[in-house]
Amino acid sequence: MLHTVNKSPFEHKALETCLKYARQGSAVLLIEDGVYAAAKDTAVSKQVQVALKSVSIYALKPDVEARGMQNRVMDGVRLVDYGGFVDLVAEHNAVQSWL
Amino acid sequence: MTEENAGGVAKRFLYVNRRAPYGSIYALESLEVVLIGAAFEQDVSLAFLGDGVYQLTKGQDTKGLEVKNFSPTFRALEDYDVTKLYVEKEALEARGLSAADLVVPVEVVSTERMAEIMEAQDVILSF
Repeated sequence: MLHTVNKSPFEHKALETCLKYARQGSAVLLIEDGVYAAAKDTAVSKQVQVALKSVSIYALKPDVEARGMQNRVMDGVRLVDYGGFVDLVAEHNAVQSWL
Repeated sequence: MTEENAGGVAKRFLYVNRRAPYGSIYALESLEVVLIGAAFEQDVSLAFLGDGVYQLTKGQDTKGLEVKNFSPTFRALEDYDVTKLYVEKEALEARGLSAADLVVPVEVVSTERMAEIMEAQDVILSF
């Protein structure tokens, strides 16, 4: 399963809920304001670090760059471009969008 | 608190920004309204709370997103005599940011101080 999260983890519970449901080996793609969850040294980075032990976490590079977060992405979170987004969708059996 | 000016009474306006840029239209619309309002010579302040602090981060590059990067516009506010920018300290800290990470000089204030600033306004516009 590929999960996508497009909401800021500081203002919404979408990421927290997503991580609760994301099973071992699934992928989480952070898009739009969801990419703020990829930043290191924040109030939610611990939560993301813990999740990285069981799921793969990606962040959409154009969204990361637009928000000026490109130098703050934590280790373990992989950046993908739009082509990479398509690849992730194609690789997984289903996509669940946490809006 | 109001004072007389050439066009009548100048009121104290506060624009409250709580949204991150790009994820919604709120941040850009707020800035547009601030710029329009600046022409009316009012006493303008801007407050950035919660995700609103993200509007001011350095290094925004929207080429890949193909939308306008409006963060440099904050640097032009000074030319419109809009110089009172208040940023919530707790919001910066939760996001691993400091004043040095922002595109313009701001006054970093506690939530309590921010509440006092809000209390002192005539008009509050929320975005």
